[in-house]
Amino acid sequence: MSKKEIDNRFSKFGTVSFTGITRINDFIGYLEQGKLMGTKCKKCGIHYFPPRADCSHSLDSDMEWFEVQGAGKLLSFSTLTFAPTGFTQDLPYTIAVLDYGDYKVFGRVDKAVAENDLAVGMAMKAVVQQLPNEHITYVFQKA
Amino acid sequence: MSKVGIIGVGQSKFVRAYPGSIREMVFESFKEAMGDAKMKEKDIDATIVCSAPEYDKQRSPSGVFAEYLGLNPQPTFYAESLCSSSTTGLRLAYSLVKSGLHDAVMVLGFQKMSEISAAESQERMGRGADIQWEAPFGTMMPAYYAMFARGHMAKYGTTPDDLALVRLKASKYAVFNDRAMIRKELTMDAFTAPNPLGNILSSPLRVGDCCSNADGSSCLIVASEKKAKEFSEKPVWIKGLGSASASVNMAGREVFYSLPAATEAARQAYAMAGMKPDDIDVAEVHDCFTIAEVLAYESLGFAKPGEGPALIRAKETYKEGKIPVNVDGGLLSKGHPIGATGGSQVRTIVLQLRGEAGDMQVKDPSIGLVHNVGGVGLYANVTILGRE
Repeated sequence: MSKKEIDNRFSKFGTVSFTGITRINDFIGYLEQGKLMGTKCKKCGIHYFPPRADCSHSLDSDMEWFEVQGAGKLLSFSTLTFAPTGFTQDLPYTIAVLDYGDYKVFGRVDKAVAENDLAVGMAMKAVVQQLPNEHITYVFQKA
Repeated sequence: MSKVGIIGVGQSKFVRAYPGSIREMVFESFKEAMGDAKMKEKDIDATIVCSAPEYDKQRSPSGVFAEYLGLNPQPTFYAESLCSSSTTGLRLAYSLVKSGLHDAVMVLGFQKMSEISAAESQERMGRGADIQWEAPFGTMMPAYYAMFARGHMAKYGTTPDDLALVRLKASKYAVFNDRAMIRKELTMDAFTAPNPLGNILSSPLRVGDCCSNADGSSCLIVASEKKAKEFSEKPVWIKGLGSASASVNMAGREVFYSLPAATEAARQAYAMAGMKPDDIDVAEVHDCFTIAEVLAYESLGFAKPGEGPALIRAKETYKEGKIPVNVDGGLLSKGHPIGATGGSQVRTIVLQLRGEAGDMQVKDPSIGLVHNVGGVGLYANVTILGRE
């Protein structure tokens, strides 16, 4: 990417992205390679998801990327039957949080998983998913 | 130590769509509070205006109100913490008075939500959460609280009908509140199909578990002990203040069956007041959703963790119960004009402590509590008020 070009890759995130410019835009680059990534502070070892460019504990900005791998535990979920402006075409959809131990991940459950098959405490994994209009996201599937 | 009191309270009627401008809507609660405090414009030393700005068309509304209400040239400025904005304003007013900088400070809360559609307002509310990491998934406030309802159900066996009981209680008391938007007593039949309140909005929450957007304003006048005694025969004193925050990202929350910011704010308020949950005679809690009232019982120590549903099942939070909660109809029946809500809760407790709550009056209360939450437990303020 040339210096004059604005790196607004984050505008591709999710169904509707509300921001394009962030110092962790490589998150989108990794998603495009099929990898869901968080950041880890090199100094104090704290894992951050969602990823951050800066560590508020060590006051350091020297972060390294790590891949969200394996299974997390489903902490909670809800299926929406009414949506905000811009999301009605996706209805119904389910939002959820997975607990990976060192960090948690918020996102949507894959449409292929029926709500009746979900239960708090079950194991799920995050998988990258391509959306229309070159947008990209990740979804949770049964592990 | 000198005390800080509340000597004037006012609230407009909360309505679906206010037929006037924001300055006219704010005048309604201002007029009531000024009459209550027997004050003139020159007696107000400063005004804190509270709202959630994403709904406002007017940028910087403080200046518009100060002019319309005759409060120039005194200072006026803005405070925001989403749905808890006006108790954040109260906390600031307390500190301005306690520091000696001012003797009388007005807290003016308002929201006119009718100028945008329900879907637009949900989108704006979703943007009260993290726009970078969560809003792109299509989040909205009912869905977030639904995750906490699911978490409470999974951990403690709470049922959808336990939650419905909170709405039934709210509806019973709103009948007596002339400022409430929805004044019809409901029965459990209302939650049964084909009644719309029984439809799932965001599982497991049903439409009847959710409060409604509203237009409205609230006004509080906070004064030093000297000024309070000079103007008021029945000042209500601020005994304890607590305030805390939690991760905006749900990925930063440890559990989905309680709101730690509210628990921490309660701990601070009880410590400052030198009181415990048993000392509270009447409470107003932030029931933006039925589950939120159950979580409040547990945060405030009215019930042990997991035992909130048992408290409502036993009707202990009814007017005649151990701890009456939201006997003015709560947000569920009054409606929830974001920036005005906290002030409305405080007004109800002030009227209760003065024995002026009419048909909503609980028997001879001396200590009251207000629990006001912004976002999904992102911000929380707990305020303890007393007659002495």
